[in-house]
Parts: sequence; C-alpha cells; structure tokens
Amino acid sequence: MSGQALRVDGASVRLAGRSVLDDVSFQIGEDEFTGLIGSNGAGKTTLLRVILGLQALSAGGAEVLGGRSIGYVPQKFLLDPDMPLRGRDLVGLGLDGHRLGLPRPSRARRALIDEMLDAVDARSFGEARVGRLSGGEQQRILIAHALISRPGLLLLDEPLANLDLRSAQEVVRLLARIAREQRIAILISAHDVNPLLPVMDRVVYLAQGRAASGTTEEVVRSDVLSRLYRHHVDVLRVHGRVVVIAGTGEDERAALEHSEHTAVELV
Amino acid sequence: MLGAIIAPGFFSSSAVQLAAAVGALVAIVAGAVGVFTVIRGQAFAGEALGDMGAAGGSSAYLIGIAPLWGFIGFAVAAAGAMELVGIQRARGRDLATGIVLGAGFGLAALLLYLGTTLENTTGAASTVLFGSAFGLQSSILPLVLGFGALALGIIIALYRPLLLCSLSPELGAARGLPVRLIGVAYLIAMALAVALSAVTIGAILSTALLMGPAATALALTSRPGRAILTAAAIGVGAMWLGLVLAYDSFDWRPIHHGWPVSFFVVTLVLIAYLAARVKARR
Repeated sequence: MSGQALRVDGASVRLAGRSVLDDVSFQIGEDEFTGLIGSNGAGKTTLLRVILGLQALSAGGAEVLGGRSIGYVPQKFLLDPDMPLRGRDLVGLGLDGHRLGLPRPSRARRALIDEMLDAVDARSFGEARVGRLSGGEQQRILIAHALISRPGLLLLDEPLANLDLRSAQEVVRLLARIAREQRIAILISAHDVNPLLPVMDRVVYLAQGRAASGTTEEVVRSDVLSRLYRHHVDVLRVHGRVVVIAGTGEDERAALEHSEHTAVELV
Repeated sequence: MLGAIIAPGFFSSSAVQLAAAVGALVAIVAGAVGVFTVIRGQAFAGEALGDMGAAGGSSAYLIGIAPLWGFIGFAVAAAGAMELVGIQRARGRDLATGIVLGAGFGLAALLLYLGTTLENTTGAASTVLFGSAFGLQSSILPLVLGFGALALGIIIALYRPLLLCSLSPELGAARGLPVRLIGVAYLIAMALAVALSAVTIGAILSTALLMGPAATALALTSRPGRAILTAAAIGVGAMWLGLVLAYDSFDWRPIHHGWPVSFFVVTLVLIAYLAARVKARR
C-alpha cells in the first residue's frame, strides 16, 4: 500500500491574460514513475514550476505530501566548456549548495558524492569538467545533483530532449531503477510518450493547459485525447509504439500542433 | 642575478612598499571576485562599473577627497542602477550595462574637463583613468584593507549559493535560494573589486585585473576553489613584477621618467593568459 507523494487539485495559471494551466488535477503515488506528456507550449514547464513553488496559482492547489523534499533537474542546462567545475563539484552543490560559507571537505561528503555518481553510472567522468561532458553525461550528473539531498519527489523537465535515442533510453532505464531502489516518486516531462512507455506507472497528458491523467491504457486512447484536444485524434499502436494522429478537424491549431507532434513520434 | 632585474633602492622605497602591499591586496580581491565574473559572464558589467568609477574618481578630485571614495561610491551606485534597469535578465543585461557604461564615460569626460580647467590638476585624468601605483598615500591602506575584506567576505559567505546560482539560476531557485538578492550582493562585491583595482592600475584598466587572472586560472584548473587561489596568485604575481619593471623603467630610454605600472601589469596579465591558453590546448 503506497501513500501519495503529490496532489495537484484544480490548478490554474493565467499569465498575461492567457490561460496556461486550466483546472489541472492529478495525484502521484510515493514510488510511482509518472510521465508529463505534451507538445511545446502545453504548460509542462509551468506545471513543474508550480510544484516547485516558483509559480503562483490563480486558482486551485498543488501540494507535496508527507514533508517530502523535491529534487529538480532543469531543462536545457548548457555550461561553458571552460567552466571550472567538475561533475562531482556539481553533485556536491546538490548536498550543501544552499549553505553559507566555504564547503568543508570530509570523507563522509566524498563518499556520499561517490555513491551518487555510482547510482547514475557517472563515476568514470565525475572528475572531468561538466561543460565538456556530452548531453547524456551532463544529464546524469544533474540527476545525481538532484538525488543527493534524498528527495521524496524528483522532477525532471524534458531530460530526454537533445539526447540521441540510445542515451535517452539509458537515462529512462536509469531513472526507473532509481525510482525502484530509492523508493522515490518521479515526474518527468517529455513531448514524446514512447521512450517512457516501458517504465511509466502513470501518465499526465497536457494539451492547451488541460490535463488527463491515469495509466497509459486509460489516457492514451482516441476518445480521451480527442476530448482533451477538443478535436478528433486517432491513437495507433504499432510495434509497441504509440502514434497519435490528428484527424481532419475543425480546430486548425490543434491539427497543426498534432501533425508536428506526429512527425516527431514517427521518426 | 636578482640585482640585474631589481634596481637598487627598490625594497627600501616606502612608495614601493605601499604600492606592493596595496597592489597585492587588490589583486587577491580581484582574483576571487573575477572568477565569478567569468563564470557569470558579466565581464561587460565589470567594464561598465570601471567606467562609472572613472567618473567617481574624477569627481573625488574635484571636491578634494581620495579618489578611492569616488571609485567606490560611483561603482556601487552603478551596480544598483544596473540592477534596477534589469541586469538580471539575460537579454536586458547587455543593454543595461551599455547604457550605464556610456553614461559613466560621459560623466567622467565632464568632470575631468572641469577638474583640469578649474582646479588645474593636470595629473588627475591620467591618475583616474590609468592609475598611479607609486603615487599612493599611506592613508589608503586601511581603506583598501577594509573594503577588500568586505568584498572577500561577500564571496566567502555566499560561495556555494553564488556558485549554484551562477551555474543555473533555475537550480538555485529550486533550492529556495533568493537568486536576485545573491546577484545584487555579487554586483556589490564586483563594484568594490573594480574600485580597488582602479586605485592601482586606473579605472579604465581595472577590469583587466578582474578578468585576466580569472580567465587564466580557468584554463589551468577545473575546480572552482583552486581557480580562485590561482587567479589571486597570478594577479599578485603580475602586480609585483609590474611594479619591479615600472621601477626599473625610470632608467629606460627615451624619457627617464618611468613607464606606467598599469602598462606592465596589464601586459603581464595578457602574457599569462596567452601562455595558459597555449598550455591548455596541448
């Protein structure tokens, strides 16, 4: 029997008169792996910022339950290659980066950083400058940075963007393992549902600020997504992959969004 | 051997001793602050603070107080102005900085003009813009110590949050850090470092001491703490060697009047930077 890690209840955000999130509700169990799926501009980043407490709601609530702390991996983290910072330094900042004064090196601190580097398979490049690592390697370091403070909820904003297919699959497998081993709830945003299909317990599908949530079978269906998009959508399952196709519709914007979306998924 | 490099009387001159002490303090502060300037990509902001400092130094001459007060007053005020006009936003940053920079230079032009015509202080322009390390008064030492300690104190106290927010404001905000406040505190530390550098090598060249040793250190080490120590060491080295060469140059042709310390310091910083880049590329 698992408890709840996060409850979002009727969350709405209006920015500059535009509705970015519209009555979004869902819950995440304490060791569930949840995908937050939607195309660009669907409100994924805004929703993550709401959960982090960085974006105020105009209505509704978002509550992290049971006194859990949040680990966060931001989107598009680009570091200058000359930045004087090793992977393990960045992981260390996840532990005590909010504290005043100089860091005090200790055997315990070093051991903990090593343990986190091992947990994300990053030990071999932990001594290298972060800015010179590949996208997938930087992603691992950032996950270790977020994990070292032992959060109960890990949020990742598009960690698979800019990664090649193999790196993306490795990151997903790694996250699934971490969720299992460390009993941590994971909410990961992505524009493509496919890389997450093998590991997801739950999906929160966002479109135009509205959300549908449940298991993949419950949500990634023609009738549910059509209702969400307010526009006919076909969902095809081909060789274990999901393809979402916009029908000939009355709502041209949704159709456009979808043809773009479909093209990405068909690659 | 040493006698061939260091001219007689170098160590016994009180002007040299004072210049060496002030120069070292300033170089240490500039090195520590400068590493973060490079990490945060705020070199242009540092330059603007220096130019505003030029206006401050000139006005100090006009009203007859030590230039350091002018450098500090104007640089800190400029830091506040840049914050107000939006230095925290990446896109607004260059614009805000450029506007402050232009205003600083314009003001310096007016004040130096007034100074030279009204007060007949002919050396003022050169001292404010390019520094005069051997012309310092001993009363400045406690001020340099005090303001230097303040700037270093900010860097040491905020070391980890500043590092995190400089790498990624998002990561800092997610940890609950007051990203903007930390940015303001850093701007003040940078204003102090630039003002202190201006005392020795002049307001215009002050960013060379801020950026040069820090950029050199970044090529040499991959750790932030070591980068700060390396930058400080390079800065002190360039400063002291610059003083030695400037002292020697009193005997050089054609003028027998001594070349500016700033020229040597800035040139040595450039040489160190190029050497480090070449070494890093191998």
